[in-house]
Amino acid sequence: MMSEGTRVLVVDDEEIVRESLGGWLTQDGLAVEVAHDGPAALEKLRQGKWAIALVDLKMPGMDGIQVLQEARKLQPEAAVVIMTAYATVDTAVAAIKQGAYDYLVKPFDPEELSLMIQKILSQQKLVHENEVLRKALKREYGFHDVISKSPAMHQVFELARVAAPSSSTVLILGESGTGKEVLARAIHKESARKDAPFVAVSCAALTETLLESELFGHERGAFTGANARRKGKFEAAHGGTLFLDEIGDISPKLQVDLLRVLEERRIQRVGGNESVEVDVRIIAATNKDLRKEASEGRFREDLFYRLNVIAIHLPPLRERKEDVPLLVERFLETLAVELQKPIEGLSSEALTALLAHGWPGNVRELRNTLERGAVVAKGHIIQLADLGLAPPSAASVGPGGKVEPPSLDEVEKRHVIEVLSFTGGNVTQAARILGIDRVTLYNRMRRYQLRD
Amino acid sequence: MGGLWLWWIGEGQIEREAMEHVRLHVERAFRVPAAVWAGQARPQGTLDVRRKQHASGRMLEWLLREGPGEGRVLGMTDVDLFIPILTFVFGEAQLNGRAAVVSTARLSEPVLVDRRVLWERLAKEAVHELGHALGLTHCSRPECAMSRSAGLRDVDRKGGQLCADCRTLLDQAQDREPRT
Repeated sequence: MMSEGTRVLVVDDEEIVRESLGGWLTQDGLAVEVAHDGPAALEKLRQGKWAIALVDLKMPGMDGIQVLQEARKLQPEAAVVIMTAYATVDTAVAAIKQGAYDYLVKPFDPEELSLMIQKILSQQKLVHENEVLRKALKREYGFHDVISKSPAMHQVFELARVAAPSSSTVLILGESGTGKEVLARAIHKESARKDAPFVAVSCAALTETLLESELFGHERGAFTGANARRKGKFEAAHGGTLFLDEIGDISPKLQVDLLRVLEERRIQRVGGNESVEVDVRIIAATNKDLRKEASEGRFREDLFYRLNVIAIHLPPLRERKEDVPLLVERFLETLAVELQKPIEGLSSEALTALLAHGWPGNVRELRNTLERGAVVAKGHIIQLADLGLAPPSAASVGPGGKVEPPSLDEVEKRHVIEVLSFTGGNVTQAARILGIDRVTLYNRMRRYQLRD
Repeated sequence: MGGLWLWWIGEGQIEREAMEHVRLHVERAFRVPAAVWAGQARPQGTLDVRRKQHASGRMLEWLLREGPGEGRVLGMTDVDLFIPILTFVFGEAQLNGRAAVVSTARLSEPVLVDRRVLWERLAKEAVHELGHALGLTHCSRPECAMSRSAGLRDVDRKGGQLCADCRTLLDQAQDREPRT
């Protein structure tokens, strides 16, 4: 067993156990230290990293379970093995439920002890290797929070990396949900402005007047309700990055105002005369074909060229299906933390369905689907039914990536299936949820051949 | 390194061939003369009445007191040995010390048909414990006599000799030993 330097902590109030077990483990080249009670053990756990802690269950004062609970908090990666006398095995089993790796009944069978130690160490080695690989993969496949294996996205990363250090305006083009804001944040983080604010504004969400005041701020009394002077997003983003989402939706007047700011690098609050200098890097984004909008007169050409200094096109998810497993892994990791639920993965059927899906809503839709799945899942693994995905035939991707919407019948059929699966096939409950009587539901089921 | 003594301290008898088999293995492994010590004394105060086993640690202390007094001594016994935390041990040694002990009690399990198998197991464990007394710790090569043998499967899997790495470690340790 090559385990030199691997640290093992033996916690027992009996000196003879500490000596005897410590000596036996030392012969394997393990770095063994001993603690005579709970508080002494916690002190050692606080001071350094341990691979294994062998903890006696019955100790005066703080018992082994309390040490286990604290050890789980202090060093969750350390394997805690509870040592017990025969009479207290029930408690030891309870300890496993609280996160102990295993328990050993004193005196130990040498083979059992040896195998357990070897098993723990080889598992920890695997976990460590996995972590190293995972980190390497993230470096390989990622640009800050954006991850991808697809060649098209790698071109995006390359362009973003080159663009980030400059203050040039970046225009991010892509369908809804492709992660335009996530990429904008990544560019900000990669830039020298990373410690200054990143301010995001959705230009489509506000009326012209509100957006104007939102962007440039206003002076007191500039309009009804303007009771105090207010700084706009340009000033808020001073020294940092201003992300203008849905830039294709701004009014002609604001297009003029924005063009002026981009040229002069100064703003004027609404209702004010003072011009304020702003040092802001603009990243704009749109899901519209801005060049076409400009050529057809709906978007100012001069503003388009001002914005289109470095254009980055984010491909839709359906064009980079190879990223689905990578994204699934990433989202499940974060969802498990957010939802405080031990989600470990999804069934192969669920993954196949995710790979077959058209993803009109792109990465955002994938994340929402997984969130739904993680919430609904009963166990550690998300099943196909948990995802609430439409059957693959329901939406077909037409030319140019446009998704043909399903018919009313199709939508009704899908909804009936979903509700029935939610109630576990209980027709009475399903009818109540659907707000129809059972006979009507039976008729629909017959029509859609949902039951013979 | 000094001489190595093999001393039968069991309750029953051991065949002359068995002692010779072990002696030859030990000589070959450590490349020093090994001799049989024929002392008639038997361990006292090592039995744990509750466990009906003998404490190997106390056995080592007894060997130091009653043994030949020079070189290193390996006590060989047929009584079952234990250390407090384990159900049994095949043997024990003082790391870098002068005493070691091995027992045949668990080496003949479950049912031994061939005495030669027992002698072979005994020889391996004798080399293993004397190796500890000479300063070697456990080896990660499963074929080396210094690999951990927590059960009979381990004993049967490993060889009775030292691997090249342990051999080197041993030579280096001897170079550091003060010459008298």
